[in-house]
Amino acid sequence: MVKKLHLGLIATFVLLLLLSVVFAGCTSAPATVNNTVPATTPAVTQAAPLKLVIATTTSLYDTGLLNYLQPKFEALYNVKLAITSQGTGKAIELAKNGDADVLLVHSPSQELTFMQGGYGLNRRSFASNSFIIVGPKADPAGVANMTPENAFTTILLKGTNNTANIYFVSRGDGSGTHTAEQNIWKKAGFNYTKDVEKSGLWYIEAGKGMGETLQMASDKGAYTLSDEGTYLAYKSNLTVVPLITKGASLLNIYSVMAVYNTKQPVEKIQMANNFINWLISAQTQADIGAYGVDKYGKSLFIPMSVSVPNATAGYVGDHSTPATDLVPPPSVNATAIATTAAPVANATAAK
Amino acid sequence: MSTITSGISQAIHLIVTLNPDVMQIAALSLYVSLIATILAACMSIPLGAFIHFHDFAGKRVLIVLIQTLYSVPTVVVGLVIYLLISRSGPLGFFGLLWTPEGMILGQTVLIVPITTGLVISALGSIDKNISDTLVSLGATGFQKVVQIIKEARYAILSTVVLAFGRAISEVGVAMMIGGNILGQTRVLTTTIALQTGLGDFGFSIALGIILLVISLIVVVIMNLITAGLSFDSQWVLGGPRS
Repeated sequence: MVKKLHLGLIATFVLLLLLSVVFAGCTSAPATVNNTVPATTPAVTQAAPLKLVIATTTSLYDTGLLNYLQPKFEALYNVKLAITSQGTGKAIELAKNGDADVLLVHSPSQELTFMQGGYGLNRRSFASNSFIIVGPKADPAGVANMTPENAFTTILLKGTNNTANIYFVSRGDGSGTHTAEQNIWKKAGFNYTKDVEKSGLWYIEAGKGMGETLQMASDKGAYTLSDEGTYLAYKSNLTVVPLITKGASLLNIYSVMAVYNTKQPVEKIQMANNFINWLISAQTQADIGAYGVDKYGKSLFIPMSVSVPNATAGYVGDHSTPATDLVPPPSVNATAIATTAAPVANATAAK
Repeated sequence: MSTITSGISQAIHLIVTLNPDVMQIAALSLYVSLIATILAACMSIPLGAFIHFHDFAGKRVLIVLIQTLYSVPTVVVGLVIYLLISRSGPLGFFGLLWTPEGMILGQTVLIVPITTGLVISALGSIDKNISDTLVSLGATGFQKVVQIIKEARYAILSTVVLAFGRAISEVGVAMMIGGNILGQTRVLTTTIALQTGLGDFGFSIALGIILLVISLIVVVIMNLITAGLSFDSQWVLGGPRS
């Protein structure tokens, strides 16, 4: 009995040891960062780095752009970026609730509503690329090189006709890409909820991220709308090919804004502004333009410093004025200024 | 099929080379889920014992409610906890969102119903004669409770193992509360979800295998502790001796 007790104690000790190893594993990474920071940048104070939460669209994250930029920014300031990749809809909802400090998205109409509500500061556009319509190589609907609107109309007509092997996979998740898709349906003269959704088995709402949606389209031999960056990044796993790459409604604009609400600490707004200014700085713009060229043979994102696209007024935000605002400009309706008791019911609608 | 075999070889490679990224992700998974399981067990064993040893109005209803919560979806727990600890929520000032501690809170809430409900069942399955014998031998109320919990330890162990399994394998809470932030709140399941979306199936399979290896180690250790590591408990891996 005594022996059993001893061995029981030993076993408990082993478990505690294991736990402490786990704890050590969890804490060792920040510890080494703290050790190296003073050595390389003696000017930085010893204070713990400020945590800046960035809510971003999946396309910026999945292409690896943010992982590539993160260490460059962290080397400049005493800051730790926490990048959480969500669809645009959910990212905006998180920002409205004050659960993010910076918003990086690509849905201009939603962004303008967000800014008008007083939830954001210093919206700046920093890059663009193109949405593309991809589909099976055989192109069963015959839409290659049509305008986006004509292509969508053709796919819908053949789809609702129950033509064999005509499918369209939609993100169906309230993301920026989903919003862009809905805009094309609208421009083509369809009512999205009435004419497109639930109009037959041909229209598949995936409710997933861009990569998974592309994969689903590949497996199913379907058409889908994708941002170009994600398509290029995933290309090796896909059988679908780009069929339409040109058209005004395929423009994809990425913008950044600092989150504002009455509880937001001013040092976080200042750091968010630092991030915005850094993102539109000449060096970072050049880095964004160079990203992916070695791997994909072309830039995944076109920085504003290279080309400013033509779009609906207001869609392309300012891209050169430094971000300095700490409170919303007086033009925003004062009663609409975000309080921290923002509605939260739709927080996950996009996920 | 080739994806599975390449996944297995990739898993072996990642484990053997102690890939630092994977090790950090695995350590965080283990940390979050193990702490959540320990917290849940610390709450549920006394709570379950209290419910089992006391008769009160509505006891059946309470047990049915607890059992219903076994099937609460992980994303719903994630959403409710998110709304509570969001900066605009009632517990926002703790700053738990996007932290491992927030994930521990979420997973604890997720598994407490399972541990409580199954502890009640475990205690209920102990032969009534044991309780009577203990009383006839002059055991105090507290001694009786402790002794019966000891008798039920294998069933309680299964409960804890099951709860740990639910915690370490869930995605909803980890994604909603943790946010899958690289180096901070990225755990095995959220990495698998991300990598699958990126089409990196082999890596996902590898991480799945690593998750199972971690579970194996934890379950073996839990069994050894319960069995008191006695030399005559050679059946620890196969369950209690009859």
